[in-house]
Amino acid sequence: MSKLIYLDNAATTQVYPEVLDAMQPFFTEYYGNPSSIYSFAGESKRAVDAARSTMAEFLNTTPEEIYFTGGGSESDNWALKATALAYKDKGKHIITSKIEHHAILHTCEYLEKEGYEVTYLDVDENGLVSLEELEAAIRPDTILISIMFANNEIGTIEPIAEIGEIAKKHGVLFHTDAVQAFGHVPIDVQEMNIDMLSASGHKINGPKGIGLMYIRKGIKIGSFIHGGAQERHRRAGTHNVPGIVGFAKAAELAKRDMDKRMKYETQLRDYYISRVEKEIPYAKLNGDRVKRLPNNTNFCFRFIEGESMLILLDQKGICASSGSACTSGSLDPSHVLLAIGLPHEIAHGSLRVTLSEKTTKEDIDYTVDELKKIIERLRSMSPLYEDFVKKQEAGQKLA
Amino acid sequence: MYSEKVMDHFNNPRNVGEIENPSGVGTVGNAKCGDIMRMYLDIDENGIIQEAKFKTFGCGAAVATSSMATELVKGKTVQQALEVTNKAVMEALDGLPPVKVHCSLLAEEAIHAALWDYAEKNHIQIEGLERPVNDIAEKEEAPEEVY
Repeated sequence: MSKLIYLDNAATTQVYPEVLDAMQPFFTEYYGNPSSIYSFAGESKRAVDAARSTMAEFLNTTPEEIYFTGGGSESDNWALKATALAYKDKGKHIITSKIEHHAILHTCEYLEKEGYEVTYLDVDENGLVSLEELEAAIRPDTILISIMFANNEIGTIEPIAEIGEIAKKHGVLFHTDAVQAFGHVPIDVQEMNIDMLSASGHKINGPKGIGLMYIRKGIKIGSFIHGGAQERHRRAGTHNVPGIVGFAKAAELAKRDMDKRMKYETQLRDYYISRVEKEIPYAKLNGDRVKRLPNNTNFCFRFIEGESMLILLDQKGICASSGSACTSGSLDPSHVLLAIGLPHEIAHGSLRVTLSEKTTKEDIDYTVDELKKIIERLRSMSPLYEDFVKKQEAGQKLA
Repeated sequence: MYSEKVMDHFNNPRNVGEIENPSGVGTVGNAKCGDIMRMYLDIDENGIIQEAKFKTFGCGAAVATSSMATELVKGKTVQQALEVTNKAVMEALDGLPPVKVHCSLLAEEAIHAALWDYAEKNHIQIEGLERPVNDIAEKEEAPEEVY
C-alpha cells in the first residue's frame, strides 16, 4: 500500500526513533539482570532507577511509588483485584463507571462473581460522570472508586481532581485508568488526590508490553504477580529493561513537548470536527466538545455501519476504528456509545479518528474528502437511508 | 479476514438499487444488531426472476452476501430461488469468517421475505416457503430520530 495515514493513535502509536535508540543498548550491550549483584548489571539497574525517577517526576510523586508492569491491563487488574483482596474486611463495594475500558469492566465482573458488589455509574450524553451520583453511591463498605482519566473511545476527560477530593473526603481509595491520558494531558497525583494510576507505554510512542502503576505510599495492596523480589516485592518478574527505558524516554519526550503537542493536536482535531460537521450531513460528534483528549474525534454517521466504512477507508490507506458490533466480535455496538444514550443503529455507524502530532492538515483534508465519498456511497446502498429520504419527501409533499 | 470474492462483492456490489413496482420486496434484519437487507424482485408471468436488486445496511459481509444472493436468484424460477440457501451464498463467496455466518442467513431470509411478499400480492402459495422470522416489512418504522 503506497499511502498510509495512521489515524488510530488511541489504539497504539509509533515508537519514536529516539525511544528505540534509548532502548537498543539494553538488548545486546547492557543485557544484565538489574537484580544481579555484579557490576555488569549496574548499567541495567541504573537505567531502571533513572526511568522510575522520570516517571515519578512526571506524575509529581516519588520513585518508591512507581511500579513497572506488563501494561495498562495488568495495572488495572492489579489495582482492582489486589485492593479488593486487601480491603475486604473493610467492605466489598466498588464504584466505577459504565464507560470504563474492558480491563476495568471485566475485572469488576470477575469480582462480582467473587462476592463483591460493584456500582456502575451512568454518564451523561457527553460521557461525563456525575459527581453528585458518585458521592451518593459511596457507602460505609465502599473500598474503591475507579474512574478512568479519559475515555478511549470518545475522548471525554473526567473530572478527576473533583473525584479525588470526594474520595479523600470519604476515606475511599481512588484509582484511575489513565492509559489514554498519560503523556497526553497534565497529570499531578498529589493535586488530584489520586491513590493509584494505570498507564501504558505504547500509547505515548513508547514500546508495547510495558506499563506502570502508581501506588500511593501507605496503601496496603499486595502482589498481583508473585515470584521474585522485584519492584519492592510487589511485582515479580525480571525487569523488562529495554521496555522500561523506552517507556521513560517516551514519557520524557511527551513531557517536553506536551504544551506544543496539545495545542497542535487540539487545533487539528477541531479542524477535522468542523469540516465533518459542515460537509457531512447526519453526523453527530460523540463525547464532550471541550473536556476532550486533544487527539480524539468520534462521530456517528447515520444510516451506515462502521465496518464497511473502515474497509473502504483502509482501501484509501486510512487507518481508523469503529465501535460497531462487527468490529467488536459481538452483536452489540460499543458499550461506551450505548452508555451516552445512542440507539443501537446509530452506535453501529461510529468512526473514531485519533491523531498524533505527526498528523498533518493535508492528512485530515484527504481523510475528510475520502470519507465524504465513502459515506455517500454507503448511504446510497442503505435501506435505512432510503426510508429516511422517502419519509422526508412524503413530509414535504404534505407540507 | 475476508476472501477475495467477498471483497470483490463488497467493493463492486452487483445489483444495488431499487425496482419500481417490484413483484416482491422484503426487508429483513435488525438495525440493533447492525444488519438490514432489503431485496427487490421482478418476477415475470412464468414465475422467472427477471431482476433482483438490493439495499443493505451492514458490514462488509452483509453487503457481499446480499450482492451474491441477488446474483444467484436472477434467472431462476421461484422454486429454484428457494434453494439458494445461506450455504449456497457462502460457498459462492468462498466462505465467510465464523462471526459473519449470520449475514448469509440474513441473505437467505431476504430472498424468502421478497418471495413471501410476491406470494401475498398474487394470492398464491409457494411450496416450502415460510414467512422469515426476521421479516420487518410489516413492523413499525425505524425508531425516533435523535438529531
